[in-house]
Amino acid sequence: MIFSIVVTGAPYSSQASASALQFSRSVLKLGHSIHRVFFYADGVHSGSALASPPQDESNIPAEWSELARQHQLDLVVCIAAAVRRGILDENEARRYEKKGHNLAADFTLSGLGQLVEAGILSDRVVTFGA
Amino acid sequence: MTTLHVINKTPSESSALRDSLIAMSDGDALLLIENGVYATLPAYSEHFSRLTANVQCYLLTDDAQARGLNDLNQDFCGIDYDGFVELSCRYSKVVSWF
Repeated sequence: MIFSIVVTGAPYSSQASASALQFSRSVLKLGHSIHRVFFYADGVHSGSALASPPQDESNIPAEWSELARQHQLDLVVCIAAAVRRGILDENEARRYEKKGHNLAADFTLSGLGQLVEAGILSDRVVTFGA
Repeated sequence: MTTLHVINKTPSESSALRDSLIAMSDGDALLLIENGVYATLPAYSEHFSRLTANVQCYLLTDDAQARGLNDLNQDFCGIDYDGFVELSCRYSKVVSWF
């Protein structure tokens, strides 16, 4: 089956991103595929390359990146939700004349159309909310 | 068309459980995850009194154990994340309430 996953809770504030990670690992382990993971609202913080939790705690953004590299996952961060929360890629940093950008390498910024498309092309959409 | 209803909050935190129980049809299933697993405590048992036997109730044991809930309510079947994925496939829609 084709799954898409939606995450609307920020890591370290809610369990949403951590639950979605474990669910995604099981989806892939059981032989299903993930069309897209869409990070919306506070969920955009999962895409920060600057998150630096203590070394004995799980680094949720880094774990998403690792899973994405292993399975060629499409990790999409809602652009409107992201820029207002200070999650910027190089393009947006230039557009808003900011000195730095912090979107992790394995994530992309895009619009809500990507969520709609994921809903159309997936057999199941599972949402992890805050 | 059957639905898996996923609840991740206690009845004290949000109306998610109450709202989902109103929307539940015969053949649907209920899955408690994250803080939602607290709803299996005896204090909340009246919430489930109107559920028919045709609604299967599950809880994510990973989240129950993380919260020290070891004496689980026997009306709930404990599952792991693989079980969560299998339920998502078995029911035609997955609706998360929070």
